[in-house]
Amino acid sequence: MGFAFWLDPTFRLVAVGSALIGAVGGVLGTFALLRRQSLLGDAMSHAALPGIVLAFLLAGSRDLPLLLAGASLSAWLGALLVVLITHRSRIRPDAALGLVLSVFFGFGIVLLTVAQRQPTAAQAGLERFLFGQAAMMLRRDVEGIALATVLILVVVLLLWKEFKVLAFDPAFAAAIGLPVMALDVLLTTLIVLAIALGLHAVGVVLMSAVLVAPAAAARQWTHRLERMVILAGGFGALSGVLGTLLSSWIGRLPTGPMIALCASGIALFSLLFAPHRGLIWTAKSPGGKRDAGPSG
Amino acid sequence: MPFFPSVLHEPSTLVDGLAIEVTDLTVMYGERPVLWDVDWQVPAGVLMAVVGPNGAGKTTLLRAILGLVRPVAGSITVFGRPPAEARRWIAYVPQRTAVDWDFPATVLDVVLMGRYRHLGWVRRPGAQDRERAMEALAQVGMADLAHRQIGQLSVGQQQRVFVARALAQDAWLYLMDEPFAGVDAITEQALIEVLRGLKAAGRTVIVVHHDLQTVPLYFEWVTLLNVRCVACGPVATAFTGDSLRQTYGERAIVIS
Repeated sequence: MGFAFWLDPTFRLVAVGSALIGAVGGVLGTFALLRRQSLLGDAMSHAALPGIVLAFLLAGSRDLPLLLAGASLSAWLGALLVVLITHRSRIRPDAALGLVLSVFFGFGIVLLTVAQRQPTAAQAGLERFLFGQAAMMLRRDVEGIALATVLILVVVLLLWKEFKVLAFDPAFAAAIGLPVMALDVLLTTLIVLAIALGLHAVGVVLMSAVLVAPAAAARQWTHRLERMVILAGGFGALSGVLGTLLSSWIGRLPTGPMIALCASGIALFSLLFAPHRGLIWTAKSPGGKRDAGPSG
Repeated sequence: MPFFPSVLHEPSTLVDGLAIEVTDLTVMYGERPVLWDVDWQVPAGVLMAVVGPNGAGKTTLLRAILGLVRPVAGSITVFGRPPAEARRWIAYVPQRTAVDWDFPATVLDVVLMGRYRHLGWVRRPGAQDRERAMEALAQVGMADLAHRQIGQLSVGQQQRVFVARALAQDAWLYLMDEPFAGVDAITEQALIEVLRGLKAAGRTVIVVHHDLQTVPLYFEWVTLLNVRCVACGPVATAFTGDSLRQTYGERAIVIS
């Protein structure tokens, strides 16, 4: 086999795209994880499916920016519905998430079936958004992903301390005059953007793994938010590259599951073997769940 | 924009004025009144306890003063200003249980959050903020734990960190929600000394408290709250068996 694949410009392009998707997923996933909104990411990525297919059905073409706009819009709508259901009814947040996820995803699958019965050839490959096919990425797609990555990272960097206090203590954030609602909306929008970017390579079904797994892994290795975000971005990028590599090695496999498997592998390793917080470590140390200090 | 860089502007009505004036305040959660027609006046510069049974609306009262809940009726002024404007003079200690202490941060990280309002958007805390945060930590006896991960703190240390964060805010009014909950006797003594220091420096301190026994020991003013404001005033006149019974019902243990 060798390392000849690195010389292949197509592969390099796809690997860079997957790495960026993983990195952004890891960075934003850290905030989602710490705010206990991991499931919201899952609901939003599943909710993107009907948007993709509707955009295709209405426009009749597979123009990518159009499909991603549809995906973002419908993911957003899903998130909004979760918030509304939680606030306006007696339904608990977990049930609201499950409800939105299954209704949107089910509707998306129905639409997908309708689209695939169309006589034109244009619908071919639409089902790849379910599990992702990084090889579909073109040069301009990767350029778009790179641009969006820079944009997202700049926003996170600028609003670093605002997002930090929002994630740790929203009541205090509001008390010092921060517009908590607006920041919440902004952070959710960034996550929607990350999901839309990732649909290509990872797909709607497993996108949440790219959000949650690198962040969960990173938490095991550090006690500082700064390092956690950087580590999660790194783990995400690594998963993106490894997953793409494995899928091209094995051949014609969708990239989404491979990327998700790599991310989950890193998370599993971290949960077991990380110093202080890993299961192996805590099992050895007497009387200790995690490294909790004295209580009381 | 309420989130702005600011030096410590002194409120204009500090001397002999009222820190807080609440008139006819009613707050509802759905159909249920949490605060009902509350009239409440807090003179500037007092150290006051707010006591009452569970669900009496103590936390809601603090949140209303911060402008974080929308009242159905009534008005609130803090140093003569509406809450949204007065926020820059207020430091807030939420209940310890309101946050996840497994958050990846050090003690110093959390205390530095008290400086955020002074910094405004985008700017990061600098050497001066670090210095102020370390001072605040020293005041609560936690300076040597500045770089400790917050997940490793005891309950008493967590409360001290929250109080230190409020101190770093450099405010005129301190609203503290159960800062003594779950702490040991040594921490309680240390914290009450800090509160007395604030009072001595002319600050107004309002503490939601759960231990009726220590009210006369620690505080000179008290508010008894149970949805309505039952009594408010100096401990000597307001903290009576009669008003305690009105607040807690007949099962109240009367403390002389």
